[in-house]
Amino acid sequence: MNLVFDPAWLPRLGQGVSLTMQLTVYCMGLGAALGAALGLVRVYGGGRWSPLYWLASVYIHFFRGTPLLVQLLGIYLGLPTVGILVGPFLAGLLAMTLNTAAYQAEYFRGAIQSVKSGQMMAARAVGMTRTQAIRHVIMPQALRLIIPPWSNELIYMLKYSSIVSMTALRPETMDLFGTARSIATRNFRYFEVYILVALFYLAMVLILTVALRWVERRVRIPGLGTPSRGV
Amino acid sequence: MDLSVWTQVAPHVPVLLRGFVVNIQLLLGLISLGLAVGVVTALVEVYAPRPVGIAASAYTWFFRGVPEIVLLFLFYFGLSQFGIPVSAFFAAVLALGLRSSAYQAQIFRGAFQSIPHGQMMAARALGLGRLRSIVYVVLPQALRLSLAGWSNEFSSVLKDTTLAWGIGVVEVMRQASYIRARNFTLTLPIYVTVALMFLVLTYVGNLAIGLAERRLRVPGLEGQR
Amino acid sequence: MALLRVEDLHKRYGHEEVLKGVTLAQDAGETKVVIGPSGTGKSTLLRCINRLTEPDRGRVWLEDTEITSRQTDINRVRAKIGFVFQDFNLFTHLTALDNVRLGLVRVRRMPRAAATGRAMAELERVGLAAKADAYPAQLSGGQQQRVSIARALAMDPRLILFDEPTSALDPELIGEVLSVMIQLARDGMTMIVVTHEMGFARSVADEIVFMEGGVIVEQGPPDKMFRSPEVPRTGEFLRKISELYGESQ
Repeated sequence: MNLVFDPAWLPRLGQGVSLTMQLTVYCMGLGAALGAALGLVRVYGGGRWSPLYWLASVYIHFFRGTPLLVQLLGIYLGLPTVGILVGPFLAGLLAMTLNTAAYQAEYFRGAIQSVKSGQMMAARAVGMTRTQAIRHVIMPQALRLIIPPWSNELIYMLKYSSIVSMTALRPETMDLFGTARSIATRNFRYFEVYILVALFYLAMVLILTVALRWVERRVRIPGLGTPSRGV
Repeated sequence: MDLSVWTQVAPHVPVLLRGFVVNIQLLLGLISLGLAVGVVTALVEVYAPRPVGIAASAYTWFFRGVPEIVLLFLFYFGLSQFGIPVSAFFAAVLALGLRSSAYQAQIFRGAFQSIPHGQMMAARALGLGRLRSIVYVVLPQALRLSLAGWSNEFSSVLKDTTLAWGIGVVEVMRQASYIRARNFTLTLPIYVTVALMFLVLTYVGNLAIGLAERRLRVPGLEGQR
Repeated sequence: MALLRVEDLHKRYGHEEVLKGVTLAQDAGETKVVIGPSGTGKSTLLRCINRLTEPDRGRVWLEDTEITSRQTDINRVRAKIGFVFQDFNLFTHLTALDNVRLGLVRVRRMPRAAATGRAMAELERVGLAAKADAYPAQLSGGQQQRVSIARALAMDPRLILFDEPTSALDPELIGEVLSVMIQLARDGMTMIVVTHEMGFARSVADEIVFMEGGVIVEQGPPDKMFRSPEVPRTGEFLRKISELYGESQ
């Protein structure tokens, strides 16, 4: 059994890494915005029976409780049947964003609810409106508390970005895994390519983990939150 | 949009269910493998001599860092390349099962480490050997403390079974694609139906685990959340 | 032959030597109370006797078995020595009855019915038969400690080691535990008790051992130790402790 590695693969895989990173960064950014909004609605949106809260809850339960692949194919293959055409990359980005927003909404909710209730009381006592209190007192603390679960989610999304090529193998879906599939099938070198790509992902995860821990340490406030349980 | 498509889904539901059963079989296989290997790995990480413990940690680090789909392709195509032909189903159970074992090992390890050392000391003071102290005193407590994390893992791997479609397992996604091939207007309703199947099973699964948790509950051993 | 013999025990933690050569002997039926300032190795001494902590140097014998020998099956020795912890360490996932019964079933391999009978008898002895089905979290500190004593008694030990058994208890619960221990001493159990409870020491100790700095400074019958100790430091310490802790019981 002989293994053959071809260095010519590396530049192509490198380009794949670039697409993977783009996908991950965009979906986490957009997902954070949507997730924060949903989280705020769940905490401050008028109680358990308000329509806004209910909508947010349905959304969150659906996108957390169903597989990402179903969401992806539903968007890529299903939307065109009702006249909305989406390319594979966009479908991937959309599915990933909608999915992560649901998880992030719950992390935001948890973080906001972890901020001690006395903080809101004190802010109102000083004369701030609820919005001001949220903006200047609650969120700065919640954003620090959310770093550990958010870091976990980032790593998850980095790994799940690999399913985008399941829509179609086209230039715009040549992320790291898509590129790997292409190279492997063309050269019949499955084990070599996939183990190499596995190591690429591990390296990315490692770098991100270290970077995120550094960020957490830099923004840490003594007395706020428990030490991170590790990403 | 023609709303009647939604009713046209009904005759296809049995076929989808047949595919879904394969997902469930995959789930049961992989989660059992994950449980067995995960408990052993956690025990090794906590109680075995350092070099062995480090090997176990490296194992979990690998299987937690590599994407599921990559693991699926690696095991399925890689094994055939080495001359070991395996069915796609078997490769999926292996790949996803070992990955789950890494996550479960983490859950169990956290549980082991949160049990006060005094419990072990009291067991040894009675004359119980090391292994038996673990089996009769540490494990029963650790398993109860792990339930919450474990139910998260359950929900997670249930959804991951759909990825086996990528290596050709004939589960619900493949059945959905067959139906879609014959009538593309049914695409959205079909995928929504599949999504609902997962929602229902997740709900039922969590209910069952919640029941188990209540039956096993002991005052003083509240689970970690 | 003495029931327990400890010869020149040494134990070091990092740079600090906590036991600097402790030697003592104990006969069957004897109750020894070990006193001394915190951190002077009293608890370490107890844990070295049944090797929950491994001594660096020195030997320990229980009757004619050398506990510290590598050849000895430590589990069989531990089955003959009872240990009562400061933090009780009852098995959280088991009821009081199960806690007491576990050793009988799993270590002594007693059939379950016989073990249950024996366990209930010990729970009766400490006054907690009514709480047999309670979990540790449902019991007060004093009750937990009494169950822990029952757990040790069930194994029919030659000797019971008590490591500050009442230090973690609220003051009003100390009495119920000391009562049990006093009765045990009067019934002839061989005991070594590390404690600050001077009243207990005065009324049931056959010998008081004063440790400081990792060595035994002086040992002797309570009367002698309290009234006319040979080493001034002994008298100093005893007076201070008696003031602080009073003479309960």
